[in-house]
Amino acid sequence: MSVATERALTVGRIGERLLRDDAVPKVTGEFQYASDLSAPGMLWGDTLRSPHAHARIASVDLTAALGLEGVHAVLTHADVPGAKLYGLEFADQPVLAIDRVRYVGEPVVVVAAEHPEQARRALDAIVVAYEPLEPVVDMERALEQKPLHPDRPTMGHGYRDDPRPNVVRHIVIRHGDPDTSGDVVVTGTYELGIQDQAFLGPESGLAVPDGEGGIDIHVATQWLHVDRDQVAPCLALRPEQVRLHLAGVGGAFGGREDLSMQIHGALLALHTGRPVKMVYDRAESFTGHVHRHPARIRCEHRATREGRLTCVRMEILLDGGAYASSSTAVASNAASFALGPYRVDNALIEATAVYSNNPPCGAMRGFGAVQTCFAAEAQMDLLAAELRIDPVELRLLNALEPGDILPTGQVVTGSLPTREVIRRAAAIPLPAEEALPRDPLRLPGGAGNTTTGEGVRRGVGFALGFKNICYSEGFDDYCTARVQLRADGSAVVHSASVEVGQGVVGVILQVARTELGTDDVTLAPHTTAAVGSAGSASASRMTWMAAGAVRDACRAALEEQERLGGGEVDVERVYRHPRTTPLDPETGQITGDRAHVALAVSAMRVVVEVDVELGLTRVVWVGTAQDVGHAINPLAVEGQIEGGTAQGLGLALMEELVTRDGAILNASFTDYLLPTALDMPPVVIELVEVPEPDAPYGVKGVGEPPTVVSTAAILSAMRAATDRPLTRVPVRPDDICLGSGMSPRH
Amino acid sequence: MKVSLRVNGERLAGDAWGGESLLTFLRDTLELPGSKNACEQGECGSCSVLLDGTLVCSCLVLAAQADGHEVVTVEGLARGDALHPVQQAFVDAGAVQCGFCTPGLVVAVADLLERVPHPSDDEIRESLSGNLCRCTGYAKIFDAVRIAAERA
Repeated sequence: MSVATERALTVGRIGERLLRDDAVPKVTGEFQYASDLSAPGMLWGDTLRSPHAHARIASVDLTAALGLEGVHAVLTHADVPGAKLYGLEFADQPVLAIDRVRYVGEPVVVVAAEHPEQARRALDAIVVAYEPLEPVVDMERALEQKPLHPDRPTMGHGYRDDPRPNVVRHIVIRHGDPDTSGDVVVTGTYELGIQDQAFLGPESGLAVPDGEGGIDIHVATQWLHVDRDQVAPCLALRPEQVRLHLAGVGGAFGGREDLSMQIHGALLALHTGRPVKMVYDRAESFTGHVHRHPARIRCEHRATREGRLTCVRMEILLDGGAYASSSTAVASNAASFALGPYRVDNALIEATAVYSNNPPCGAMRGFGAVQTCFAAEAQMDLLAAELRIDPVELRLLNALEPGDILPTGQVVTGSLPTREVIRRAAAIPLPAEEALPRDPLRLPGGAGNTTTGEGVRRGVGFALGFKNICYSEGFDDYCTARVQLRADGSAVVHSASVEVGQGVVGVILQVARTELGTDDVTLAPHTTAAVGSAGSASASRMTWMAAGAVRDACRAALEEQERLGGGEVDVERVYRHPRTTPLDPETGQITGDRAHVALAVSAMRVVVEVDVELGLTRVVWVGTAQDVGHAINPLAVEGQIEGGTAQGLGLALMEELVTRDGAILNASFTDYLLPTALDMPPVVIELVEVPEPDAPYGVKGVGEPPTVVSTAAILSAMRAATDRPLTRVPVRPDDICLGSGMSPRH
Repeated sequence: MKVSLRVNGERLAGDAWGGESLLTFLRDTLELPGSKNACEQGECGSCSVLLDGTLVCSCLVLAAQADGHEVVTVEGLARGDALHPVQQAFVDAGAVQCGFCTPGLVVAVADLLERVPHPSDDEIRESLSGNLCRCTGYAKIFDAVRIAAERA
């Protein structure tokens, strides 16, 4: 490391605006990401993927590939020494396709060669004979077509038994009397396309054989220990023979929860006895990870003339694609948070996730709540219009608060300042309307110079977002930390909590400095070799869980040191949040006190300008208030809210993986559009701090709520500007100009 | 083929195959992995470098085209102990999250402020619109540009 990276940064304790320790190596280019790794004697791995959404594999001929210069290994499923299937929650996915492929991009053969170009040529030389089968590509029809997984891998795990083919999970939440009527009824059907995490650092890793039959895997991931526990059985190794080490992560957003190159790289490395590096390119990355579930959501909201919700019925269909990934939990979350943060005494919520031959879907920031928020908030606006009530007032009237009951029967016991969040967001002053003429950069269409402003309409929208924090439904959710105190008062913290960019490294150091009363704290590398599991950097849980584990380990270390009268100590502690319990499979009601440990709410107000003649939208301004518990590092919290808002803006306006017969047609940043610096408005942020009683220091996770709420809030503003229903995201210009909610599919 | 060029003031050389990009050559052969490989098709700007003083995506330049030319990468911006003012501003503004876009943005902002020392907000947004960031929503990156411009 250079001198520059060793400069002492301002140290921070809990509550301070902390500058990141890792920012310096990141601005100088020295920070080592997974794709930057290398090792002496290293080979390059590559993956042959299926061009078919659904096909039988008749034969695979490797002869030509094996004969090529520089090629050291060409491996198929026959070379997988242990379990042939793996999966984040259910082992339903082949390490390498066996006799059938179920999605375009499914790995079939892996190769290792001296040079990446030689590896690519080897892939070209492999001959696979496929017999194409009819693909299952429509989520409604999937429920009637031949099952893609006849053995039904997700059934018998405490879920409702659903005999329909291709059901990953069907969850029904029955609350009160779902036949309760209302003075007014509004209905709607809403659709969401497939969103991609589109983290900038492509899937990459380096697998290094240890010479004794074991393997070290350096990889960008979200949960080191769960990777290890999936990799080891496939390699027929004991868990301790497989060591996962965190390499620099270039963003994650849920897309690194599932494995990518981990088993493949390890297979190649163990086979060749040499280190093997794999780096996906962008096109491969788009097929190499799971996406946000596309959804179709039918809603019926009933209310009194005064605006009190009396009953809500929602039917949620989610396309999980070829393999289960985390679809069961996404379906549950979609159902649990379907109503939004509102008190509703009667409800019937049904969520179904299906298997199909579309790209596999799993975790993405917001995890089921994004989809239902978009639908439910549109319904609240419809209801407000129907009743001629101000949309903000309608939300205040129905706001869910502590002591109220969720549709699962769970009583809200923690902090949930819904009304305060609504009021704080609604009170942020709106920007003044900008006069015309003005620089086209500040008009819809931007530098394209498509209008001088004549067809441009302004709209103001409002929405609430609602989501759980931490893992739910009885999952044994824990986090480990290890603290070594030295005789000189300095400390080393070991944690496998993954830094994906969110800043958990800073949180760990802030907690340790606060608890130990010293600034001389360093964080050891994240690895399975030195510390127990931290759980996943997912579900807005990492700050809460890492803070709990590090706090407990620090306090235990100080006690131990005092007991010994000084000297060095080394203690490991496991932190668990209060237990949750599963939902009853038939009624969707809680079987204990709670299925979710904590809840977070956010409110967002948005100003848009829409060119109604061309269907182009400019998001002018965003104001948001978010329930954050207690902000450990306000600077990082703001960064999460700004970045999370951008991802929701992307889903509202431009981000969609377009498929035809299961194949992704736009697997590039040329064709899959991400919000740029020109697309993002200023985001005015109000942090609402009401400490969460069950959490260390009163924290709540903050990463997901802005993504949950922003798509819904932007759509609310666009409907106000256009008077169009806009029931599908991302909104296409046709949806605005042609006046239909859903223009014909591509 | 042999490619020889000046990178960050130092004369360097190595072998490249005909189709090899300058980005790959910098990262894998010259062992300068600071320039990043996010899209490798000129859409994200994370591989931005200065080629004879002009901002380019190094993934769109062949290594062979850079033969005999002058390249500045993110590794060449700091002066000894001191971060480049743009790098320091990114740290101070909290403009870095995962950081994968950061090297390209730092090079692009340094280039912008070289040409336009006090850019307007619109100039900042337009000039950075070729650099994708997936984490920050850009707000703190804009702050960093303003901080760097004020300090200059």
